[in-house]
Amino acid sequence: MDNVSVATQPHTHEEHHHVSLPQHRHHFETEEQQREAGTFGMWLFLLTEIMFFGGLFFAYLLYRNWYHDAFVAASNQLSIPLGAANTAVLISSGFFMALGVWAAEVRKKGLLVLFLVITTVLGFIFLGVKYVEYHEKWEKHHIPGAHFDISEFVNPQAYGLKEQPLAPDMAAKTQIFFSLYFAMTGMHALHMIIGIGLLVWLTWRSYRGEFSAGYVAPIEYFGLYWHFVDIVWIFLFPLLYLINRHPGQ
Amino acid sequence: MSAHTIVNLPDQRTATMPKRNYINNEDGILSWLFTGDHKRIAMLYLVSITFFFFIGGAFAGLIRLELLTPQPDLMASDTYNKFFSMHGIVMIFLFLVPSVPAVLGNFLIPIMLGAKDLAFPKINLLSWYLYWIGGLFTLTALVLGGVDTGWTFTTPLSTHYLNTHVVTAAVGIFIIGFSSIFTGLNFIVTIHRMRAPGMTWFRMPLFIWANYAASILMVLGTPVLAISLVLVALERTIGIGVFDPTKGGDPLLFQHLFWFYSHPAVYIMILPGMGVISEVISTFSRKRVFGYTAVAFSSVAIALFGFFVWEHHMFIMGVSNYSALVFSLLTMLVAVPSAIKIFNWAFTLQKGSITFETPMLYAFGFIGLFTVGGLTGVFLGALGMDIHLTETYFIVAHFHFVMVGGMLMAFLAGIHFWWPKMTGRMYSESISKLAAIVTFIGFNMTFLPQFILGYLGMPRRYHAYPPEFQVLNVLSTAGATILGVGYMLPLLYLGWSLKYGAIAGDNPWQATGLEWQIQSPPLTENFTEIPVVDHDAYDYEWLEHKTAQEVTTVG
Repeated sequence: MDNVSVATQPHTHEEHHHVSLPQHRHHFETEEQQREAGTFGMWLFLLTEIMFFGGLFFAYLLYRNWYHDAFVAASNQLSIPLGAANTAVLISSGFFMALGVWAAEVRKKGLLVLFLVITTVLGFIFLGVKYVEYHEKWEKHHIPGAHFDISEFVNPQAYGLKEQPLAPDMAAKTQIFFSLYFAMTGMHALHMIIGIGLLVWLTWRSYRGEFSAGYVAPIEYFGLYWHFVDIVWIFLFPLLYLINRHPGQ
Repeated sequence: MSAHTIVNLPDQRTATMPKRNYINNEDGILSWLFTGDHKRIAMLYLVSITFFFFIGGAFAGLIRLELLTPQPDLMASDTYNKFFSMHGIVMIFLFLVPSVPAVLGNFLIPIMLGAKDLAFPKINLLSWYLYWIGGLFTLTALVLGGVDTGWTFTTPLSTHYLNTHVVTAAVGIFIIGFSSIFTGLNFIVTIHRMRAPGMTWFRMPLFIWANYAASILMVLGTPVLAISLVLVALERTIGIGVFDPTKGGDPLLFQHLFWFYSHPAVYIMILPGMGVISEVISTFSRKRVFGYTAVAFSSVAIALFGFFVWEHHMFIMGVSNYSALVFSLLTMLVAVPSAIKIFNWAFTLQKGSITFETPMLYAFGFIGLFTVGGLTGVFLGALGMDIHLTETYFIVAHFHFVMVGGMLMAFLAGIHFWWPKMTGRMYSESISKLAAIVTFIGFNMTFLPQFILGYLGMPRRYHAYPPEFQVLNVLSTAGATILGVGYMLPLLYLGWSLKYGAIAGDNPWQATGLEWQIQSPPLTENFTEIPVVDHDAYDYEWLEHKTAQEVTTVG
């Protein structure tokens, strides 16, 4: 150190008035710094997720404008009750996740485990409902690919639907809607599955008491992730299920 | 040393290797594979990207060999397609994108900020493993029979008309993308949260600013590439039709999404290199970088503009004339912050005490070649010129001037500049200067003829060409051979220096950065005490006064 202008200051660890957490990593000067860095990192990660889904949302915007009639007809195939139920399920799971973060902060181990388990169960319910919806599309040949069937959109009366029939070339574009539907909800479901995996792991760690002694960072970061997955759904639900279902009315 | 330098370089004969440093702190291969130390991870990256660089380079050599004659005699056309695709994929995703950030950035950013490590050491290590998993997928695609889409994975070629290992390569790039995202994320958090006391934003070295800007691009751009590759893979495997015109999809949408990442990716590649050049130019002119604030903000401006120019890759693809007009204008605007950098480096040199050490030679190479590459970029941004020149060798020459003449030169400048810090050893100055000059000559011989070839209309990506183009192609291939020698030399003498090089000492260049105030190679924890920074970056005036007062320098 021959550069005198680089003055030094002694470590200030000893001056802290609380016991250092075992999870405090050596390269952070203070726990405050560690916590801020972690939260900031998580938010940045969520930003990359927004960009990831952004590509899909952009494709949706484009094709909805191009093939408006096909998108309207195809979105009428989705079940609002199931979608709404799932929205409720997901919002409640977010609520219990938030309660879980609170329980960790007030160091209540039992409550924390309980809330995480409820969050997990609600996550499974969401995926179950999603399975029912996917299965229905499978039976109706609405899964994009070789078996895709447009007859329901060309001749809705034959299926007991009150839709306007679409010309075959426009009806073929419903496949784009379902491509995007499966890509978007599929990516969302994949995030849910990863989230549930993490939840199980965090529940086990909470059960061992790791997050009930003042160290809550992983619960907090996971909470951010889980809420983000909720918010993606909050955008998907209206875009895919709700908007402009009945043209001309 | 020249007698005219203001600052005398320290006498390295008295320098000793520190007993304890990050290299010998722990022993054994596992201590490297499970390390959390940013300096060790940087070294892991250095070895890895060098490996992939020479794989990519081998493909380049084969391509140039095929183009030696007009006839297709070395390889079949589809083999040629696979070779240039692999050359592009390996060089871009496995070499250029991680080169300066993952090696030099990883090593230096915490030290320059006065921190002990990056914010997330485990994620840093994870990014290296992801890099290798992605790299192995890419190599698998290669071994199984290759990919021939070009590095651009253009639809519907990549989704419908090819029977090669597109999905394997796409998965590889998807994973490498995560590695790049994690590096960028780590840098941003570290720069925001880990700065030493007194290290304000405008006291940070410009290398940090450049990496910060590049990190923003990595974090915001890479996920878009990820989703477009996911959609390509889904289209190939289960046939969803987002890019398939027979189902109503639009292949151009893929191009929009792909270039939304891949144009900013160009700035991911060049910005950290510009950061290196700022450090090197300032050190060897013994002056503060002229217009520090302007250079710092120009990095951010390049990152910002970089997101709004992607359509210039698509001017001939039937996009709206009006949007082409806007994108053409925005493309030319990028030249402004780039020019700010070039002019400011020039003004830094003005009245400086310039010395011509190896890193400086590479930096001069960068400035010249990047200027040519950048200006031809403005040609290509002009709509009329672009329609004439696009998909010709003019494009090839243009981006090789920026990427190879620019970024690779900057990378080598940085490696030579910080090699004493990273290893504690000096390389042989005379042979490294020779390598810098050989590289410069070889580079120009390879790629200058390609500008002419492109202007005359030779299209890119063909393995045969009309005989009248042969002279220039032979020149280019000969140049590539020289260039190859230029790249082999550093491998040899830098490797040699690891064992036999002279001991470098803490500050062989007498530079001002924080990284030069600690021992070389540094301790695992970088600083024994966290520094308090009370001066600006590049404070060579201070250094000058300090030496002026030293009695020992007299006589």
